[in-house]
Amino acid sequence: MNWTRYIKEHGLIEWPYPIRYGEEREIDADVVVLGGGIAGCWAAISAARKGLKVVVVEKGATLKSGSGGSGCDHWLNTPHPGTDITAEELVDWELEMTGGYTNALSRYIAARESYETLLEMEKMGGVIRDVKDDFKGAPFRDEKTKFLFAYDYKNKIHFRVRGSTFKVSLFKECKRLGVSIVDRVMVTGLLTEGGRTGARVLGATGFHCRTGEFYVFRAKAVVNGLSRHQRNWCFSTEIRANANFRPTQIVGDGHALSWRAGAEFTMMEKSMPTSFASPHAFQPYSAGNAINTWVPCTLVDARGKEIPWVDRDGRVLNQVEQRCMPAPGQKFLGERTPSYKHKRPEPIPDLWERIRKGEYTLPLYADLAGMPEHERKVIWGHMVGEEGKTRVPVYIYYTEAGFDPARDMLQSYMFLGSDPMRGSVRSQDRTGGEIGDAGGLVTDWNLMTNLEGYFAAGDALFAANYHYHAATTGRYAGRKAANYAEKMKITPLNREQVEKEKAWVYKPLENREEIEWKELNAAACRIMQNYCGEYKNEELLHLALISLKDLQENDAPRVCADNPHKLMRTLEVHNILTCDEMIVHASMARKASSDVLGFNRLDYPAVDPPEWKMWIVLRNDDGQVRTRKMPLDFWTPLAGHYEEHHS
Amino acid sequence: MAMDKKKIYAFPNWCTPSNPVTFDPQICNGCNQCVDVCQADVLIPNPEKGKPPLVLFPEECWYAGCCEGACPRSGAIQIHLPLAQRVRWKRKATGEHFRVSR
Repeated sequence: MNWTRYIKEHGLIEWPYPIRYGEEREIDADVVVLGGGIAGCWAAISAARKGLKVVVVEKGATLKSGSGGSGCDHWLNTPHPGTDITAEELVDWELEMTGGYTNALSRYIAARESYETLLEMEKMGGVIRDVKDDFKGAPFRDEKTKFLFAYDYKNKIHFRVRGSTFKVSLFKECKRLGVSIVDRVMVTGLLTEGGRTGARVLGATGFHCRTGEFYVFRAKAVVNGLSRHQRNWCFSTEIRANANFRPTQIVGDGHALSWRAGAEFTMMEKSMPTSFASPHAFQPYSAGNAINTWVPCTLVDARGKEIPWVDRDGRVLNQVEQRCMPAPGQKFLGERTPSYKHKRPEPIPDLWERIRKGEYTLPLYADLAGMPEHERKVIWGHMVGEEGKTRVPVYIYYTEAGFDPARDMLQSYMFLGSDPMRGSVRSQDRTGGEIGDAGGLVTDWNLMTNLEGYFAAGDALFAANYHYHAATTGRYAGRKAANYAEKMKITPLNREQVEKEKAWVYKPLENREEIEWKELNAAACRIMQNYCGEYKNEELLHLALISLKDLQENDAPRVCADNPHKLMRTLEVHNILTCDEMIVHASMARKASSDVLGFNRLDYPAVDPPEWKMWIVLRNDDGQVRTRKMPLDFWTPLAGHYEEHHS
Repeated sequence: MAMDKKKIYAFPNWCTPSNPVTFDPQICNGCNQCVDVCQADVLIPNPEKGKPPLVLFPEECWYAGCCEGACPRSGAIQIHLPLAQRVRWKRKATGEHFRVSR
């Protein structure tokens, strides 16, 4: 029953949990991991395997939290004994796609350790093979290992996995290893040596989102697995419910608190029109389409006429299987890339023009029924059945509602009012990168940030993405944090810094104004849409900064929270505002345009001129924003650095 | 008419979407495992022990389905996609149109 109906029948009810505002709990550990998602759990496991005392702090429920908590359909970019493709080549397709604007450092670590991480996942209970022989004889199955592959059936580098088994297995392994899991605690700040910005990280603060109790964590090493920024340009639960690609509580807490402590960030100026967070989108992968999870689905028009698929050279492919095979002369296929070298086959790129000429009739449908049985079942049963958040609300519910992929065609909203991929997305409705690379923390080859003792993994890293990347970098960062922690001691904290954090955390409880967090988030989005949207110039960015400052100084302090849950949501929006500031400062620092970064400066229209083809790195130095340039290939040489650091 | 006798209260609009999750009180035994697993913390325990949880923050639901996945009693929880996000499909042989009904 929803609350509204309940109180009509029973009257108002009290908050169901004990209230402990201001009470303080202190927890010590060798390694404290911030965030209990995929990266966080892997970091905790790998640190605990070294015999260290590990604590995971998670805002939700570690059992299922994070973008990969509810499931995962594919595990990408994995060299293994059954393929000739190397880690270097797998980094190459992402570098090619992004014109060099990708974090090859973390991508390379991920590619080097992906296969052993996947096998470790299996040992913990994750299902990574077709153990029930559902797909015996299918062209994407390796009969000997029973591995299933996606996107490139020839080179077999992208695995199809039963990812709904993964998070539960990680959780159980954490428990088995004695990792202490502190759920429902939002991390609010980092504690540093002497309370100084830019100094060594000694711990973190947080508060319990049900009781309001304050937490102080002291550690020898801290790992940030708190994902990335979200809801900077788009937010309206009223219009589109919570269709964000990442879960509700992923908003950039980790980015904001790292920024306040003086950590270095890059690529924060990147943004693109959003596909999934568009106000008009459906839930990700819940309608007929031919992307990611749904590759290589057949699309037909309203009259049943099939939309042809073509390879990178425009050659029409007559067999379904060819949609997952490299073109003649092409070595292998990236999971998604517009660049010629590793481009996958796709439905005809001039489809819209041909619809307008009358060759095809809207609406389009995903014709699973017209596909070979193994392809139909691997899309609808396996991929949609295992991908996070499509298993229950799409796969199970559509099936219960009577949708039968063997005889029904799921409608596509391409070219209609709600197409998540093209046609109806407003360029102001942007994201820092929900699928694909986004801005984040800069690290060295130990995945340690510029703040000593502070490591980062998964989507907290700049240019991060994907389940396999979160898992591998989490595992690596946990190892490196453990190595570091073994040499360090717990250090006394700066009490003044703790008190300052506490005051900041509880401030919204004192407010009596009638504004709540959602309105503040919407107002922040409006500022970003207007002044830091598709087109930027110095004047607009200046307006963005003063508008954000205005909101922060005059309105944010009036936003009230009358229970611990709303206190969490309120502080989240404060963090969103901090991320917005970072985005605007990064945008001011790049005085050139860039296609890959979705970055158009009207006053600096030259696209990626050589002197700007580099990373802009920012940090907060006690309120002053410092920037520096870093070469795009700061990671080179990949193998040399990796060999030197990985153990 | 029954509605004439009901007391009418001054009451604001509901937030939207208002109904992402419903419980069958005949099947649910109020074990609150769904409350514990929801990462957005949309649900709270019912003040009355043994009764289905309450949906306190419906508009924060991410539709991950973890509550239903954690539920030990089949059929106790139903998730409802927002009304604006119910996808249609067409039966190939007959051309009949359908819609996801919840």
